[in-house]
Amino acid sequence: MLAQQMLNGLIVGATYALFALGFTLMFGVLRVINLTYGVYFSAGALIALAFTRNIAPTLWLALPAAALATGLLAVLLDALLLTRLRRAQAPELASLMVTLGATLLLYAVMTAALGTEIRRFPPGLAGTAIEAGGLRISGTQMLILITTFIMVGGLLYLLRRTRLGLAIRALAENPGAAQMMGVDAGRVVAFVSFASGALGGTAGVLIGLNYNAIQPYMGEAMMLKGFAVIIIGGLGDIGGALVAGLLLGVLEVLTAGYLASTLKDAVGFVLLVLTLWLRPDGLFGRSTIRRA
Amino acid sequence: MNGLKRVGLTALTLIAAAGTPRAEPTEPVTLGAIEILTGPASRYGVPIMKGFQLALDDINAKGGVIGGRKLALQFEDSAGAKEQAVNAARALIGRDKVPMILGPTLSTEMFAVAPIANERHVPILGTSTTANGITAIGPYVFRTSLPEADVVPVTLRAAQKKFGIKKVALLYGNDDAFTKSGFEVMKAALDKLGIETLATESFGAKDTDFSAQLTKIKSLHPDAVVVSALVEAASGILLEARAQGFPPEIRFIGGNGFNSPVLGQIAGEAADGTLVGSPWFIGKADPANRKFVDEYRAKFKEDPDQFAAQAYDALHIVAAAVDAAGAADPEKIAQSLIKVKLDGVTGPFAFTDNRDPADSSGVVVLEMKGGTFRILE
Repeated sequence: MLAQQMLNGLIVGATYALFALGFTLMFGVLRVINLTYGVYFSAGALIALAFTRNIAPTLWLALPAAALATGLLAVLLDALLLTRLRRAQAPELASLMVTLGATLLLYAVMTAALGTEIRRFPPGLAGTAIEAGGLRISGTQMLILITTFIMVGGLLYLLRRTRLGLAIRALAENPGAAQMMGVDAGRVVAFVSFASGALGGTAGVLIGLNYNAIQPYMGEAMMLKGFAVIIIGGLGDIGGALVAGLLLGVLEVLTAGYLASTLKDAVGFVLLVLTLWLRPDGLFGRSTIRRA
Repeated sequence: MNGLKRVGLTALTLIAAAGTPRAEPTEPVTLGAIEILTGPASRYGVPIMKGFQLALDDINAKGGVIGGRKLALQFEDSAGAKEQAVNAARALIGRDKVPMILGPTLSTEMFAVAPIANERHVPILGTSTTANGITAIGPYVFRTSLPEADVVPVTLRAAQKKFGIKKVALLYGNDDAFTKSGFEVMKAALDKLGIETLATESFGAKDTDFSAQLTKIKSLHPDAVVVSALVEAASGILLEARAQGFPPEIRFIGGNGFNSPVLGQIAGEAADGTLVGSPWFIGKADPANRKFVDEYRAKFKEDPDQFAAQAYDALHIVAAAVDAAGAADPEKIAQSLIKVKLDGVTGPFAFTDNRDPADSSGVVVLEMKGGTFRILE
């Protein structure tokens, strides 16, 4: 049972990591705590659901479509909400308040349009389970692992090995200097927004699949976990978010399995408080995207 | 906007009330009804509203109450929130001066609302509240729904007899009055039947992740899993259990929360083999039930569920009480309500001295097969 619980925990943790990755990327490069991020999570799940219901009942299309759509939504919202503030070099608190307002509005709109009823993907979407050596991994769980692996690998490759990645890291390090060296800030900001939105949306689809429960407010609960993960991992630290996400997933499952299921949601916050007390810069004590 | 309109209307009503005598003989008798009409738990509240509406048609077509006055209901939505249910009750009692309240939908809400109605001496009647201790709140609190304590033992006894169940795991929602009380009833019934409980696991009402609890339960190899949950969580649990490869021999046995066609719609094949006890079943062949089912289908283009049937019976019981009271007066209605005896679609009905239903002979044990419930044979 321990092995099975660990496996389940790692898989849940992978979705936390995926979610937190986009959040921390946004913060690390754009220097805003963008609270609309949870909306992309909900939107991703809802878009994939609509896609599988109305267009084609296959995840191999629905997942990229949802990621693309939430990515574009993130670019649009960022441009709409934050361009003015960025130009005016408004303090961080201003962007926090603007995105908070926008988030409340967006959740309310989604709820008004769709209701708070729990929706579910059509059954059997993610294939069948494999069982080996007493361990069982479902189709959804495999999909989560593969998708997380591809997206994290892709992001790290992009940041470390490409010119765009160099530009992103330069902008994160020193926006002024980067722009003087010819980095097109607008383009990089748009790309980072897109990547973050796509990561958040993908995490939404995967969690929606894993728990089979989709509703507009699902992003709100996830944001609390996302906050815990990026603070534990260190704000803006990609590797940190990855490790902290996996850690949180495993600890939650072990708490539910061996202590008490009611304490599960407390784990993240206990860890958060401990981190802030003991290692305020995050587990690894480094805090910017350039360490990616 | 809505608030302003309401203030305006209230003012108008006050002016009108000053000029005319309050109760015209032809004026309808309006009762309050607080049900969950929006949100996830509207799966319970909306069928209840429809059951009431169908009963209203029937009662008014037969001449209404108190010598020809029509019966009417003013619906308030609680959205499943205690606070909203409390506000609705205050508005119905204070603003609308209703002589009686039907609902609210969930036991959790009832525990918040009933003390208010009781204090104001306005009778309140739950048609779907099955937790222990509801009617103990006070002498104006009634219910027509059989409490879990009457239904669950029937289900478990049938499961023990038919499938030889010896050891089970218990799983319940620990932050809802109904699911918690269901759990206590289950635990007591299991002890009484000599069935061993291997593990007791819990979850929160808004949880969607049950994987850790079910992984643990699966590793213990129980004969059955006894679950106290509302239908959304129940469906999630069944889906997760099948995803984890629980063999079909492990039966899931549910309380009243499982007892909704929604379970089959959401969980599909994953729900097959699930056992549940019910005070009512759509396939019951008596003429009263057949008439109810036919009329419900004709009016709402869907099948009624247990909650609609209980609501339908409840409003007939209430109408009889209002009629016998001879006036839209809370005290008189409360006094005549306790004496009502009636043969409804859920079987014979009478109140105990404690304002609970007296007769559990109508309970049937159901098994889920191919997405719908059938009577367990």
